[in-house]
Amino acid sequence: MLNVRVIPCLDVKDGRVVKGIRFANLADQGDPAALARRYERQGADEIVILDVSATADGRLARFETIGRVRDEISIPLTVGGGVRTVEDGGALLQAGADRVSVNTAAVEQPELLAGLSSRFGAQCAVLALDAARAPSNGFPSGFEVLTHSGRNRTGLDAAEWARSATEMGAGEILLTSFDRDGTRSGYDLALIGAIREAVSVPIVASGGGAHPGHMRAAVDAGADAVLAASIFHQGDWSIGRLKDRLQQLGVAVRR
Amino acid sequence: MNAARIGTGGEVGIVPTGVANLEAVRSAFRRLGRTPRVLNSAADIECAEYVVLPGVGSFADGMAELRRRGWEDALRRRVESLRPTLGICLGLQLLCDASDEAPGIPGLGCVSGRAVRLNGAGRVPQLGWNGIAAPTAAVFLRPGIVYFANSYRLEEVPAGWTGATGRHGTRFVAGFERGGVLACQFHPELSGRIGAALLNRWLEGAPAEASGAMMDRARMAAAC
Repeated sequence: MLNVRVIPCLDVKDGRVVKGIRFANLADQGDPAALARRYERQGADEIVILDVSATADGRLARFETIGRVRDEISIPLTVGGGVRTVEDGGALLQAGADRVSVNTAAVEQPELLAGLSSRFGAQCAVLALDAARAPSNGFPSGFEVLTHSGRNRTGLDAAEWARSATEMGAGEILLTSFDRDGTRSGYDLALIGAIREAVSVPIVASGGGAHPGHMRAAVDAGADAVLAASIFHQGDWSIGRLKDRLQQLGVAVRR
Repeated sequence: MNAARIGTGGEVGIVPTGVANLEAVRSAFRRLGRTPRVLNSAADIECAEYVVLPGVGSFADGMAELRRRGWEDALRRRVESLRPTLGICLGLQLLCDASDEAPGIPGLGCVSGRAVRLNGAGRVPQLGWNGIAAPTAAVFLRPGIVYFANSYRLEEVPAGWTGATGRHGTRFVAGFERGGVLACQFHPELSGRIGAALLNRWLEGAPAEASGAMMDRARMAAAC
């Protein structure tokens, strides 16, 4: 049986790990390679690096950071940030990534997902879907897709976008609740449920997870993996202790 | 255990399938004290003591690259003479006859079998850490929890090979081995300590296993 993955996320800006609230007020959290190494030792199942300023700066995630993290870890590494073409995806793999995540560019040119998926396989094409509770009617799922690190509202319904993205080839959805990001108030379970209903690929829950109870609830709502950042960076939970607790709560995790 | 040391220091060559996480594979071998080299010719494939055929990509693109480079025969010869060769994920499937992922495109055909789509209760792709069972007769493969990222599977361990299996909605082949050849549906380079230990067993033991099998030393010497 597949275990529920616990994934620390490194939001990287200018070569340093940062973390904010609702994608803003970013504060320094340390060196990406040092944190990645620590998390693997604690029992992390995968590392995600998101270069949060890449798209805004019109560039690809920094190869140097990816290479340094790659050298430190022997678990999967998913990288996102500024991917606009299939060649960009190949360049990230060459730099040390195992899987590539796309967000803004996939909304602007959905065929990018098809291209990544047909070349590198669906398991390599991760859709990073940032969603917020919709301010008005017209969104059947109640959630709207955001791009550009949360600054742009797209008018797309989150569940409809998830469905069409997986039809095009996305093999996983890294689902971040903009409203919950950095708030430690728990994952947005309604959002997870809405996307679970729409797609059959794995879902990584992100945004607001602060303790094992939140994670158990996310799994019950349909998540296959749980991602968190600040609780690990700031030492509230080691991944080992978190997994002990998850196991007690009946969640299958790798020990 | 002198025989097990034959391979120590031997060159690890990686076949650039054009669709692989090469750097992850390289860094895994660097952590084991090796200096892996990306291979560049059929002669390289013939001569390297260890050859790794990695892959995270699609079957069609992987085979197209091997054919374009003219590397199919060199790979087939290695596997048929059971010399130290490691197929990872797509690399395992490329050793087979064919895959439903790419109808009409033949694989290397070193082992009989056709990859079919994962189906049943498990999510596709299978992404994450899953337990595998391995028979005690296996030299390299052992039971443990390892990392998978696949949408296709082999249903039966090929005849004549020793195989490990797992379950993801349905039973699938997690790996198989014979002589110095090891094929893994999972990613040993991404499977933490368990994966590193497996790669190390292969490095230490594959040459002895291969020579114990039926390595054609004379032909190999002539080629290199």
